[in-house]
Amino acid sequence: MLSTHMNKALLLLIWSAVAALGAVAVAVVAIHRSEPINALWLVTAATCSYALGYRFYARFIAAKILAVDALRATPAERLENGRDFLITNKWVVFGHHFAAIAGPGPLVGPVLAAQFGYLPGTIWILAGAVFAGCVQDFVILLFSVRRDGKSLTEMAKEETGIVGGAVAYAAVIAILIILLAVVALVVVNALKDSPWGTFTIAMTIPIALLMGIYLRRIRPGKVLEVSALGFVLVLLAIWGGQWASQNVAMAHVFTLRATTLAVSIMIYAFAASAVPVWLLLAPRDYLSTFVKLGTIGLLGIGIVAIHPTLHMPSLTRFADGTGPVFAGKIFPFAFITIACGAISGFHSLISSGTTPKLIARETEAQMVGYGAMAAESAVAIMAVIAACVLQPGVYFAINSPAGIVGQTAAAATTTISNWGFPVSAAEMQALASAVGEQTLFNRTGGAPAFALGMARIFSQSLGGSSMMALWYHFAVMFEALFILTILDAGTRVARFMIQDALGHIYKPLGRTSWYPSILTTSALIVAAWGFFLWQGVKDPLGGINSLWPLFGIANQLLATVALCVATTIIIKMHRAKYAAVTLLPLMWLVAVTFTACWHKILDANPRVGFLAQARVLAAGVPTPATARLILNNRLDAAVTAVLVLMVALVLIESARQWIAILSGRREARVKEVPFVMTRLAEERI
Amino acid sequence: MTRIAAGFRILWAALREIFDEAAYGRFLERMRLSSSPAAYAAFCRERESSSARRPRCC
Repeated sequence: MLSTHMNKALLLLIWSAVAALGAVAVAVVAIHRSEPINALWLVTAATCSYALGYRFYARFIAAKILAVDALRATPAERLENGRDFLITNKWVVFGHHFAAIAGPGPLVGPVLAAQFGYLPGTIWILAGAVFAGCVQDFVILLFSVRRDGKSLTEMAKEETGIVGGAVAYAAVIAILIILLAVVALVVVNALKDSPWGTFTIAMTIPIALLMGIYLRRIRPGKVLEVSALGFVLVLLAIWGGQWASQNVAMAHVFTLRATTLAVSIMIYAFAASAVPVWLLLAPRDYLSTFVKLGTIGLLGIGIVAIHPTLHMPSLTRFADGTGPVFAGKIFPFAFITIACGAISGFHSLISSGTTPKLIARETEAQMVGYGAMAAESAVAIMAVIAACVLQPGVYFAINSPAGIVGQTAAAATTTISNWGFPVSAAEMQALASAVGEQTLFNRTGGAPAFALGMARIFSQSLGGSSMMALWYHFAVMFEALFILTILDAGTRVARFMIQDALGHIYKPLGRTSWYPSILTTSALIVAAWGFFLWQGVKDPLGGINSLWPLFGIANQLLATVALCVATTIIIKMHRAKYAAVTLLPLMWLVAVTFTACWHKILDANPRVGFLAQARVLAAGVPTPATARLILNNRLDAAVTAVLVLMVALVLIESARQWIAILSGRREARVKEVPFVMTRLAEERI
Repeated sequence: MTRIAAGFRILWAALREIFDEAAYGRFLERMRLSSSPAAYAAFCRERESSSARRPRCC
C-alpha cells in the first residue's frame, strides 16, 4: 500500500518536472527576442509537449471518448489472412506507419514558413500536433479498426452520407495531383543548374534498375541486403557527382534548365507508373525508405550533439504578409504552409489504410496513431532548426524568387540587406563554392535551404567545412530521392483510383493489367500534375508562392473531412460532451482553410489573390506568356473554389446530422462491427 | 542484456516488415514454396494488387 502511494508520488513528481521543464522551454522559445537562442530549447519544448500530450491527452481520449477495449478483437485477428490482415508487433506497426506518413512535407513546409521567424512555425507544430494532428490520426485509426479497416472515403460515405464519400474521393484525387506537382517543383528547383545534384539523382535510376534485377534474379526477396548495396552505390554516385560537376563535358550534359528538368521528371513518372512495379518502383521505394529512416535518425542525433544556435529571429517583419518566400500574413498562411508536421489530412488515408489491418489490440492504437504523428512532428521541428541555423540573409537569398529580389546577385543582396538581413554577393558566392554549386540565389522550394542547414549541422560533427559539399549533396539527394518516390508511387496510386472510377463506365478500363488502360490513365494523371508543374516552373514568382498554399489548402480540407467524420462518430457514440476534442481542431481548420481560400481567390494583393494577379497581368503589357499566366491564375482560383465548396457541403451535411442526433430526431447508430472477444486475451490469461 | 537483444529483435522485425521481407516469408509459407525468382515474381504480382495502392504521405 505504502509502495503504491510512493510510486504515485514519484510519478507525480516526474510528470510535474516534465511539465515545468516544458513550460520553461516554451516560454524561452516564445518570449526570447533580443539574441539568438540555442536549438536545444526547441528540442526540449517539443519533447516535453509530446510526452505530456501522449501521457495525459491521448490517454484521456482513449479512456473517455473512444473507450478503447483491450478485449475486443481487431480486424488483424478476426480477418487474419497472412496478407493484408495480420497480427503484428506494435513497434513494427509503429515503424510501418511512421515510414508511410513521413514524407517531404514536414521538411519543406517548416522551411518555407521560417520566413515568419522560428516562433510561429514552432508553436503551430507543437500545438497543432498535440491537439489536432495526433488526435486526428489516433481517432481515425481506431474508428477504422472498429470498421474492419475501412478507408476514410468509405467511412465518410457511411457516417456522413454520400456527399461526404464523394467529396473525400474528389479531395484525395485533387490533393494527389497538386501534391505531385508541388513536390516535383521542389525537385526541379533543387536540381536546376546543379550538375552535381542532377548527376547523383540521375544515377539513382540505373541503381534502382540494378536493384530490381538483383532482387528478382540474383537474391530474390533479400530487400534489406539489396537496399544496403543500393545505399553504398548512391554514396558513390554522390562522390561521382563532384567529378561530374568539375568535368567540362559532363557538367555541360548535367546542367539542366528548370523546363528540361520538368519534362524529364514527367517522362520518368509516366514510365514509373507504366512499367512493371518490380523493375523501378519497388527498388526505388525501398532505397528511399532506407535513406529516409537513416537520415532522419542521423539529423536528430546531429542536432542534439551539436545543439546549434538559431540565427533567424523569433518573428520577422514578414508577419505582415509581405514575405518574399510566399505572400500572405501569418494567419492563415503559416497554418496551411505547415501541414504534415502539425496536422495533415493525408495521414487519415494512412490511418485508414494498411495500419488498421495490422494492429493486434485496440490499446495499441494510441502508440501507433498518436505516437507516430508526434514523431513526425519532431521531424518538422528538426526542419525548423535546419532552416533557422542559417543566417537570415542567406536564408532569404536562397528562398526568394528573382521576381521579388532582383535578377542579379548585387540587386538581390541589396534588397535583402535593406530588409534588415545583411548578406553580400561575396558571402553567397563563397557559400555556393563551399557546397559545389554555381549559385545559391533564387533556389526556391525549401529543399536547398534545408539541405544547406542540414549540411551545416552534419559537417560540424563529421568532416568539418571540407565535407560541406558532400553533405549538401547528400541532403539534396535525400530530399530528391524520397520526393521522386512520392512522385512515382503517387502517380501509380492516382492511376489505380482513376482506373477504379473509369471501370464503372467501361469495364476494361478498370483492369489494372490492361495496357491501353494503364497508358491512358498514367498519361492523364501525369498531364494533370504536369500542367501545374509547368505553371510553377514558368511562374515569375517562383511557383511555390501559388502552388504550396494550394497544396496546403487541399491537404487541410481533407483533414476537415476526416475531423467531420470523427466528430459525427463521437456524437453517434453518445460522447457528445467530449466532441470538442475533434470539433475544436475542426473549427480551427475551417477558419484557417476558408480564410486562406478567400484570400487566394479574392484578395486584392496580386501576390496573394489569383484573380487579382490575373487582372494585373491583363492590364499590363502583353507578352507571349500573358494569356497562359492569366488562364493559370483563373484555373487556380477555380480549383480552390471547387475544393472549398465541396468541403462546405460535407460540413453542412455533418452539422445537419449532429443537430438531428442531438435533438433526438435521428437515431444515433454507429456502423461498427459487433464486439468479438479477443483470443489474445484468453491466451494471456 | 536480454532487453537490448529484444530491442534489436524488434528493430530487425520492423525493418523486415517495412522492407517487405517478412511479407515475402509469409507468402512462401502460405504458398508452400521455397525462395526462387519465380516465387518472388509471384509475390511481386500479388503485392502489386494491394501494396502498390498504398498511399504515401506528403
